[in-house]
Amino acid sequence: MNLKAIIAGTILAGSFTAAQAADYVIDTQGAHASINFRIQHLGYSWVQGRFNEFDGNFSYDAASPEASTVSVTIKTPSVDSNHAKRDKHLRGDDFLAVEDFPEAKFESTAFTPAADGTAVLSGNLTLHGVTKPVDITVTTIGEGKDPWGGYRAGFSGTTELKLKDFDINYNLGPASASVFLDLNVEGVRK
Amino acid sequence: MASPIKDNSSTFGLGSILLHWVIALTIIGMYPLGLYIDSLTYYDEAYNIVPAWHESIGIILLAFLAMRFLWRAINKAPAPLPQPKPVLLITKAVHLLLYLLPVITVASGYMITTADGRPISVFNWFEVPALPAISDNQEDLAGEVHFWVATFMISLAGLHALAALKHHYIDKDKTLTRMLSVQSEAKQ
Repeated sequence: MNLKAIIAGTILAGSFTAAQAADYVIDTQGAHASINFRIQHLGYSWVQGRFNEFDGNFSYDAASPEASTVSVTIKTPSVDSNHAKRDKHLRGDDFLAVEDFPEAKFESTAFTPAADGTAVLSGNLTLHGVTKPVDITVTTIGEGKDPWGGYRAGFSGTTELKLKDFDINYNLGPASASVFLDLNVEGVRK
Repeated sequence: MASPIKDNSSTFGLGSILLHWVIALTIIGMYPLGLYIDSLTYYDEAYNIVPAWHESIGIILLAFLAMRFLWRAINKAPAPLPQPKPVLLITKAVHLLLYLLPVITVASGYMITTADGRPISVFNWFEVPALPAISDNQEDLAGEVHFWVATFMISLAGLHALAALKHHYIDKDKTLTRMLSVQSEAKQ
């Protein structure tokens, strides 16, 4: 797979001009990407968790960022809040219902850079079998060569989801109606 | 008449009778308690405390199960009362399962609670440490096993109770009464 990827990458790199968007694979293998969530506990503190298994790709070119696209698939059974009994509950029918909905998906529809260097990544999120448009506030962290002969670009993003919008109706109290996603994404150019 | 503590060839002693009923009543109580826990939601007052009781009772139950096995091993079980051979075999199988299934139920329950290395605190009295998890999603697998084995066990216990009543009212033998009180030899 590696050799194939390198050959394909070389051919691709050769056939593209510098101005064209580059395709990246999100570096889940080296865990330089994470999908974290936080939700208020009773309004007194934050509970932090993450999805350990996901994969995705993005296409990005600093010269024409509005052409960027992102696609991510999350394995919902990999939810991890560092508490086995809570994770069991989260995987169950009260929340993620992972047997029925083993995957969550995000497909971007637009990328709108703002003047301050941030951007809004719009797209459709499918979670718990419900597809809804979401806007993710994205900050570009940086890009460039890595020490091992590759080229990387990285971003962070955050968004707020109302659990009810995704048909998750378990009552966690008024302070916990929304879950916040905190995303760290580093891609290795293909 | 002095009640014998140990079993003999025709009757159960006080030790076996007490162990049987302490364990039976605990199991009969624990099953609906488990279903009740499943029904609790976040803002129920019992959401935290009842699972802690269930876990604590489970650990104590395991100690009683261990005592029961030990007691069975050092006692000679009274001979079964006469029954047709196939019924005798089924009886034997049900009895074996009623020894085995509580252990599986307690073990799987322990594996849910300790899946991420947290110990079980038994009534804030002492802690039972976690063993290393054997799979990534141990709490899910153990949860399935816990529910289905417990349900199978409680069904068998129902059958066991019906069989005892059948012995008492239809066969009119001593099967039930010899587990309710220590019988004197002469009455056999």
